[in-house]
Amino acid sequence: MTTTTSLILRTGARVLMPLLLLFGVFLLLRGHNAPGGGFAGGLVVAAAYILHFFAFGLDAARRALLTRPERLIGSGLLLAVGSGILPALFGRPFLTSLWFDPARGIGTPMLFDLGVFLVVIGVVLIMTFTLAEE
Amino acid sequence: MNVLVLPIALPLFTAAVLLLAPSRPLLQRWISFAGACALAIAAVLVFVRVERDGILVLQLGGWPAPFGITLVADVLSAMLVVATAVVGLAVASSAFSGVDPRREGFGYHGLIHVLLMGVSGAFLTGDLFNLYVWFEVMLVASFVLMALHRTRAQLEAAFKYVALNLIASSLFLTTLGLLYGGTGALNMAELATILPACENTAYETILAMLFLTAFGIKAAMFPLFFWLPASYHTPPAAVGAVFAGLLTKVGVYSMIRVFTLLFPGDPAMLYTLLLAQAGCTMIVGLVGALAQRDFRRILSFNLVGHLGYTTVGVALGTSAAMAGSIFYILHHIAAITNLYLISGVFLRLRHTTSLTELGSIFRERPLVAILAAIPVFSLAGVPPLSGFIGKLALVRGAFGAGAWWTGGIILAVSLLTLLSMARLWSESFWKTAPHGDKSRLPGVILLPIAFLSAITVAMTVAAGPLYQLAMKTSDQLLNPALYIDAVLKGGPQP
Repeated sequence: MTTTTSLILRTGARVLMPLLLLFGVFLLLRGHNAPGGGFAGGLVVAAAYILHFFAFGLDAARRALLTRPERLIGSGLLLAVGSGILPALFGRPFLTSLWFDPARGIGTPMLFDLGVFLVVIGVVLIMTFTLAEE
Repeated sequence: MNVLVLPIALPLFTAAVLLLAPSRPLLQRWISFAGACALAIAAVLVFVRVERDGILVLQLGGWPAPFGITLVADVLSAMLVVATAVVGLAVASSAFSGVDPRREGFGYHGLIHVLLMGVSGAFLTGDLFNLYVWFEVMLVASFVLMALHRTRAQLEAAFKYVALNLIASSLFLTTLGLLYGGTGALNMAELATILPACENTAYETILAMLFLTAFGIKAAMFPLFFWLPASYHTPPAAVGAVFAGLLTKVGVYSMIRVFTLLFPGDPAMLYTLLLAQAGCTMIVGLVGALAQRDFRRILSFNLVGHLGYTTVGVALGTSAAMAGSIFYILHHIAAITNLYLISGVFLRLRHTTSLTELGSIFRERPLVAILAAIPVFSLAGVPPLSGFIGKLALVRGAFGAGAWWTGGIILAVSLLTLLSMARLWSESFWKTAPHGDKSRLPGVILLPIAFLSAITVAMTVAAGPLYQLAMKTSDQLLNPALYIDAVLKGGPQP
């Protein structure tokens, strides 16, 4: 597959991939009070891998992901549920926000967002990879 | 009251663990079974707390009602969550007798738990938009479960199922838009303080009719039930069992919850229509069942017909009729789930559920026949089994409310049910089969069937206390002030 894609696409993808990944994480981190968040960040990261898949083929994209997308969904769900259960352990209602450092937005909502982030990456990539195989 | 979130969080947790665990069949089955056991324990815990402390309320995220999402469990919700957990246990344990490997590879167990989460969520939520979200969770999970294997018939059935349910969902969503635009509220308890006092009867009637249509499709009520017999006979037995046992009951539950809270006794047109629908559903369902020659299709039509029984209570609105319906819902969940699981035995033995090919079970496998006789005759309403008690309570409720027509229809339809079940019994268990068995039967396949039959027997033996519980539930439902106060003024707090 690598031979069929253009040199421009491959070079562009190589440069853009790290930028997109960084941008995805940036969106995730600023998302609590500003536009962004786990969902948007997850989509950007998934887009980075899709670009990689267009440029270098399915196997390369799977290798670059380092894990199976199902794993990402599973761990994302666990994180999200965990962020809800954590306050319950302190006797507060499920999903109550607990803040470690509210000024920087570090607390259970961030954990929840991280869970969403992972689930979105996993879901989008599982769909893309499955479609690519057929 | 964080215990309220457990019936939702535990299945999600189980589904996540199933995704992360290696995809070895046996391991997946055990994780799924352990998750179902945990769900059962949590459900019983919720039920015990509700029995002890009254209506339980949890304001998610600490946001007070009506601003946040509220989880509420009264006796009805708690009982239905326990029933969900029982069906979950039966279906999870039925996986030990074998699941189609292609389904299992694509996350069959996880999807079952997502479905259970959706059902528990719908039973526990106190927010109408949240109820819509749980409907969607159920729809997505059930669609994937139905279409996973992709034989021609299954895909066709899945398409009909999804198309009609999507229409119901969009109707429901439209109604929520109208409701929110008009009242500015989605919390059911808050709506219950606004809508009954609303002067605009046209607005109320429109909302009521839209809810009736949306929930009517979900609950497979006449004339919107066609999707159910067109689809429920195609998925594997265990999937059909969990669909038949739970999904339509969520539609019925939503009717009971929304109508008793938002439209208590008014507009009268809603209740007249609902009663007429319930009557037609019973008649059409059972007449349809008599015309069928396939075990699972007969069950599908019986399911539709009996959904009429479960809505008579809310349509009549008297305490006795409501208690009869609630008792009937509980009995029906156990019996119909069991019968769909029994169709799995036929699929295993004869590779078909067509009545012409079945038979000889009573002579060759008496244990199967005895276990199956309990749900078959319970559904038929043969005394002293739980179905008979449920029908008796309903008929008394209907006559007590002066609804002679409805009572008459219930009695006539009971006869049709008896006829349909007697034919089912003699054709599939009693007569001599044209061909012998094709396969061996693993003993584990009988475990969930025995479990559910035992539950039906237990409901029969403990019919007195169970009926008392149903009476208590209907008193709670017919007195919405209890629910409203618990949510808005904070009943027993965490």
